[in-house]
Amino acid sequence: MTGISRSQLVPRAAADDLNLRWRLARDRWLLRLPALATATVLVPLFSVLYYVVIKGFSALDWNLVTRLPGAITQPGGGMANGIVGSLIVTGLAVAAAVPVGVIAGVYLAEYGRGSLGDAIRFAAEVLAGVPSIAIGLFVYNLVVVKMGRFSALAGATALAIIMLPVVARTTEEMLRMVPASVREAGLALGIPPWKVTMRIVLPAARTGILTGAMLGVARIAGETAPLLFTALNNNFWSVALDQPIATLPVQIFTFALTPYRHAQMKAWAGAAILISLILVLNILARLVLGRERGTPQ
Amino acid sequence: MSTGLVLDAESRNLRPVGRSPDVASAAEQDTREATPVGPGHLETRDLHAWYGTNEVVRGVTLTIRPRQVTAIIGPSGCGKSTFIRCLNRMHELVPGARVRGTVLLDGQDIYAPGVEPVYVRRRVGMVFQRPNPFPTMSIYANVAAGLQLAGRVSRRELDERVEKSLRMAALWDEVKDRLHEPGTRLSGGQQQRLCIARALAVEPTVLLMDEPCSALDPASTARIEDLITELRERYTIVIVTHNMQQAARVSDYTAFLLNGELVEYGPTHQLFTNPTDPRTEAYITGRFG
Amino acid sequence: MAVHRMRFRITQEGLLRAGTALIALGIPAVLAGMVWELYRASGLARAAFGWRFLLGREWDPVAGEFGALPFVFGTAVSSALAVLIAAPLGVLTGIYLAELAPPRWRRTLSFTVELLAAVPSVVYGLWGMYVFAPWLRRWVQAPLAETLGFIPLFRGPAYGIGMLTGGLILAIMILPTIAAISREVIAAVPVSQREALLALGATPWEVITRVVLPFGRSGIAGGIVLGLGRALGETMAVTMVIGNAPRISASLFSPASTMASVIANEFAEATTEIYVSALMEIGLLLLGVSLLVNILARLLVRRLGVNTR
Repeated sequence: MTGISRSQLVPRAAADDLNLRWRLARDRWLLRLPALATATVLVPLFSVLYYVVIKGFSALDWNLVTRLPGAITQPGGGMANGIVGSLIVTGLAVAAAVPVGVIAGVYLAEYGRGSLGDAIRFAAEVLAGVPSIAIGLFVYNLVVVKMGRFSALAGATALAIIMLPVVARTTEEMLRMVPASVREAGLALGIPPWKVTMRIVLPAARTGILTGAMLGVARIAGETAPLLFTALNNNFWSVALDQPIATLPVQIFTFALTPYRHAQMKAWAGAAILISLILVLNILARLVLGRERGTPQ
Repeated sequence: MSTGLVLDAESRNLRPVGRSPDVASAAEQDTREATPVGPGHLETRDLHAWYGTNEVVRGVTLTIRPRQVTAIIGPSGCGKSTFIRCLNRMHELVPGARVRGTVLLDGQDIYAPGVEPVYVRRRVGMVFQRPNPFPTMSIYANVAAGLQLAGRVSRRELDERVEKSLRMAALWDEVKDRLHEPGTRLSGGQQQRLCIARALAVEPTVLLMDEPCSALDPASTARIEDLITELRERYTIVIVTHNMQQAARVSDYTAFLLNGELVEYGPTHQLFTNPTDPRTEAYITGRFG
Repeated sequence: MAVHRMRFRITQEGLLRAGTALIALGIPAVLAGMVWELYRASGLARAAFGWRFLLGREWDPVAGEFGALPFVFGTAVSSALAVLIAAPLGVLTGIYLAELAPPRWRRTLSFTVELLAAVPSVVYGLWGMYVFAPWLRRWVQAPLAETLGFIPLFRGPAYGIGMLTGGLILAIMILPTIAAISREVIAAVPVSQREALLALGATPWEVITRVVLPFGRSGIAGGIVLGLGRALGETMAVTMVIGNAPRISASLFSPASTMASVIANEFAEATTEIYVSALMEIGLLLLGVSLLVNILARLLVRRLGVNTR
């Protein structure tokens, strides 16, 4: 009774049986394609990581982190001002975008069910897709021209605009995920709804919101285009907010384009620092979010 | 064993004792039916099924007679849906699902090593609890979906088989002028008949029905029950139902499952009027489930 | 007393609602402001050139010639190339991640694919310049130039830098978007649909192509259009590998320039007002096109209510 061949189970037309055999054989080949595609997709990622690690960490030394670039033609020197500059500009952007984004997210989650909420949500999604260089141009007109100079402030503004929709959408999502029972418990105690939102629901979602902010930081930390004509660059040490400031991504860009090998190696080193930071932020965010959402699928 | 309920041989409905039963002719009916082994003979031997570590079907041994309607009844969670999904190898699609035992389709074990489930599902078709026509396809395309997998069917043959299946499902007259409308524009009852037509189009030998009427209104339910009675002449039908009256109306044989075990199996009228197992009696008189 | 307290609470509630609404309105305000600002800043160029701006093939700021067609061409071709390659690869990857990957690996694999999107553009550019382009030149362009060099598509010296490299690097960058959205869309197809075709005796591949993909087609299309939107606006990586020559050429090996790359490259050197204004106009164009594409994408994906993050 066992080991019956397939054809015996289908004692109808032999052509039908042949067709089924062919479909199964064809299936076996076609089902390999998606796996192949995934492998192909992962190759560039691993290649980038590989080279950044190999070339970048080999050029990474204490010098790089503590010294100024110096003359571009001379070896030695570092990216200290870029690292600090990135911290300043990113920090400013976060300080601006997070409060505004969280409040916008609160509006969308609590009162955003109507058409105004829909419009704002749509605008946020569209804004998230705007090319960052266009945002740079906008801030150039808005801030640089008005101030009469390139500045860290202008750079921070551009980055804040990029980060804003990300924070708003994540905040809304996280707030919606707070179980209704939490809100109901607060309301049942006679606490006014607005207080329930601000004092109970919002804190309950704070881990998620924080991770949203982290992901936002990871996104803007690597942005270069909008900084090119807002914060510009600076070969010297500067922490003034109303002056051009060096940032890591812009320095990577500048060094990469030089014909000098030592400068290119510095670019790789800068890339190593940048990618490490971004990877850490992403992995952390994923771990925390994974715990928040429970085990997905 | 008096149950208070009796199967009326004419109306095939359960009615309280006191009206005129005809037990003698019912018994005759039983002996007339020797067990034919023809196309559409399904037999399970010591069938077990698990979801992960949870054993849901425990050693069911059952013979399903060809060209008869066999109903599987039992309280919710008794394993009846899982059981019939083992008959067309759909149970194993769930991650963590396991099957052990033998299922013979016309004498051949569908779980034998090397048997391709795709083959089994062509022979053993299925209609689901909730109508699930393909929303991106027209009525015509829905019925033809199974046929077009084979690829080489000519347009004319396709037209013929689609019409034939829709007629068998008693849907042709209602849709013949709108075959190219989306399948989802039909009413619930019509959608279910569409799914029946779709299943019949590939000409299976056995048709499994997993509570096919539970999502439908009484009028549609009645139409489908009539359909089942007609289809019996060409197909072996296994129907899972939680509605005992339906089982009594529609089926020739009934199996009662409880906690994954087969408690009793026999000709429908006998099981409902004169059950041998006290648990069967308790279930059909509504004492539980 | 109680009524008075109730009224006070309503006002506080309304205050929060109005306050948050006001701030939330900042988002569409920024968007509108952007369009307005770029429109205004490009006024000079628009008045000077009118529609000839879009059709002019000569971009020579020194001579006062500002024809934007090479950049429109460059953006169109590089983005089209990117979508042509990334769409099938991305959808196939989405299929793998949603249906075929071993369940234990699904989360990690999905996360890894999404990591591709986290790498900054400038790092891709760096890798593109010093790893990818040389590799491409040696293993793809040189053989193509040798064998098929007579076709206009592959004519000209193969530097490694050029339109092809630009398009390919864009493809790499938009792949995670398409893959992630395809994966979500496919995972959202109800089990009952798959079961329906399986019960008719279909093979797993047939279920994917005949039921799952058609069911999810608008969401997947939305994901692809979203990828296109990202490709259109990509700046740094493209600038670093496309060669930055304001040229229109049929050859994939030719250096080229995109709307985004010309702004990035030349803005700092734009000395005259008309030059700046012309670049602003290119920026306006870029913004307009990307807005249209993004809106289209959101409309497509919205119909399925899938989270596009």
